[in-house]
Amino acid sequence: MEKHLFLGDEAIAQAAIDAGLSGVYAYPGTPSTEITEYIQSSPIAKERGIHSRWSTNEKTAMESALGMSYAGKRSLCCMKHVGLNVAADCFMNAAMSGINGGMIIITADDPSMHSSQNEQDNRFFGNFAMIPMLEPSNQQEAYDMIYDGFDLSEKLGYPILLRITTRMAHSRSGVLRRPMREQNKMQTPEDGRQRFILLPALARKRFKVLLEAQKTFTEISEQSIYNQYFDAPNKDLGIITTGIAFNYLSENYPEGFEYPVLKITQYPLPKKQIEKLVDECKEILVLEEGFPVVEEQLKGFLGKGIVVHGRLDGTLQRDGELSPDAVGKVLGKPIHRYYATPEVVEQRPPALCQGCGHRDVYEALNEVLLEYNGTAKVFSDIGCYTLGALPPFRAIDTCIDMGASITMAKGAADAGLFPAVAVIGDSTFTHSGMTGLLDCVNEESNITIVISDNETTAMTGGQDSAGTGRLESICTGIGVDPAHIRVIIPLRKNYEEMKSLIREEIEYKGVSVIIPRRECIQTFARKRKASKK
Amino acid sequence: MKIDIILSGVGGQGILSIAAVIGEAALKDGLYMKQAEVHGMSQRGGDVQSNLRLSDKPIASDLIALGQADLIISLEPMESLRYLPYLKKEGWLVTNSEPFINIPNYPEMDKVMAELNKLPNKVVLDVEAIAKEVGSTRSANIVMLGAAAPFLKIDYPKIEEGIRRIFGRKGEEVVELNLKALQAGYAVAQSKNK
Repeated sequence: MEKHLFLGDEAIAQAAIDAGLSGVYAYPGTPSTEITEYIQSSPIAKERGIHSRWSTNEKTAMESALGMSYAGKRSLCCMKHVGLNVAADCFMNAAMSGINGGMIIITADDPSMHSSQNEQDNRFFGNFAMIPMLEPSNQQEAYDMIYDGFDLSEKLGYPILLRITTRMAHSRSGVLRRPMREQNKMQTPEDGRQRFILLPALARKRFKVLLEAQKTFTEISEQSIYNQYFDAPNKDLGIITTGIAFNYLSENYPEGFEYPVLKITQYPLPKKQIEKLVDECKEILVLEEGFPVVEEQLKGFLGKGIVVHGRLDGTLQRDGELSPDAVGKVLGKPIHRYYATPEVVEQRPPALCQGCGHRDVYEALNEVLLEYNGTAKVFSDIGCYTLGALPPFRAIDTCIDMGASITMAKGAADAGLFPAVAVIGDSTFTHSGMTGLLDCVNEESNITIVISDNETTAMTGGQDSAGTGRLESICTGIGVDPAHIRVIIPLRKNYEEMKSLIREEIEYKGVSVIIPRRECIQTFARKRKASKK
Repeated sequence: MKIDIILSGVGGQGILSIAAVIGEAALKDGLYMKQAEVHGMSQRGGDVQSNLRLSDKPIASDLIALGQADLIISLEPMESLRYLPYLKKEGWLVTNSEPFINIPNYPEMDKVMAELNKLPNKVVLDVEAIAKEVGSTRSANIVMLGAAAPFLKIDYPKIEEGIRRIFGRKGEEVVELNLKALQAGYAVAQSKNK
């Protein structure tokens, strides 16, 4: 059979389509974006009527995915790691209700923070919700785990969390596909009201059911083909790998393992195999991409009993991604380094594109704020415009989480800070800024909000933005005085106008919204190229 | 057969299209392949790199270990130097000579060239100029691929086939231009490799 060259993300998407998916729900976020994009551009997905339009945020995405599952069909919900924080309310409670049609949630974690604010390990979330988890070590496993994962989800009656990391999401390899399956028919659950109404009396019962199910989950992990035990002669050490850490270990032992290895890619932890490894080996080394999730579980709070090495005891560095070298070093393998990076090599940080509208916004804003002798603070948000933190702009003071610009500016204004300016993108505004705006309106907070509108979700590659064409009406609907919703085109020729407009709205005592609107030059260039063809 | 390659450049230069052609050629050759890419924030004009690994046996790691790369292919001279710790002692570095300057503190070019000249095995060429000579400024990437071709351990006709498959949709004219670009880069590398 022919092998397909798939990114990890693409392997997941194709597997879901092949497994009879009916809908994917997601908000763009590196490194998860390509899963949904692949389904959006797949002709067969279109033919099958698979839902693939972007959701407004991860919470609305997960709730919709749960709704589709409730109606009996197979649904997929994808996000980057921090997206699960947004969707956590639904996530934790979907573990209580369980599912009807198979439902898989993808968390794409970003250790080393290639494109993120933190490197949280969402296996904690899987353990927290007490649902089964999968963590593929290669693209073929990612495909197979999704393909079979919907069956697993339906068999157990629970959503499955599949965790990948950047290197799995954005690495390409040959993948064998399996036969395309029919989609589920619509069928609502017979015991729906007992399961999906989480009133305390019913929720208490559901929690007992979930607790009871843990035994089954563990047994299934123990029987899983994805948890493999490799025996080896030297029992001084037993090695546990999770996810892609297995690859880095294998890279260091091309001729076969020296120590017994337990490769874990399905959770909860397979107890039997771990007991075997601990019984046979003197000490344990845990190699995991991310936080010391397994290491902590093995060690317990006091760390007495078995000797476990890993990220907690400093054997491996606590932060950042693993690599073949990081793993090799721990196992005493020599590291070869023949050339150093010469000193002439300078850092080349990412930057706002030449011609980008955010540049004009920051230039004008910087100049106006100079008039306030350093009292002004700019609370910014997650997107391309976060790059306004870097030279030559150095225009922002904060960037914490999606939507925090508006609400942090509000809190600071409540404390008496003036001018309190929020800078947020159009997509981030609809993702998580709108509710904060309502807080501001209700209290007539003295803040100036700049919604820098490039009519797309630019940072992740130009996906549709949920509020395009409706930002003014959204702000009006929330209750902002229309006289203080000001739209301008951020171009050099409008520079003076933009400055006086910003000045006026800062001076206005209340909530004002400035919307500099100009299409992202990347999407603009792409559209122009496409129209030429 | 086993070859580990690091591709480098600046976000937007198109290192991934080089990787795509090599990938097509390798897959057709029945080789195993792993290619780790960088997406997201760094694509906005920052430094980008891709690890490309080919082998006739299954490949474990997506990432290349230090001192293990057979080849560095770079579309930008300073970026080619960034990944030197990954190069094998006898590895080759093939890089574009023309700098992409989007930072205020870009080093003086003669200092960059001096570092390149210290390396025992390198090919340094102006891919844009060569692409212009063959009549396709947009094929600079493929000139670069041609220059790297002698070190790829993949038969030249298979690389040509990769180009046909990747560019086939865009018409015969585009295919021919790219084949010419490939040949031009190849010729330069051959002459410098003697």
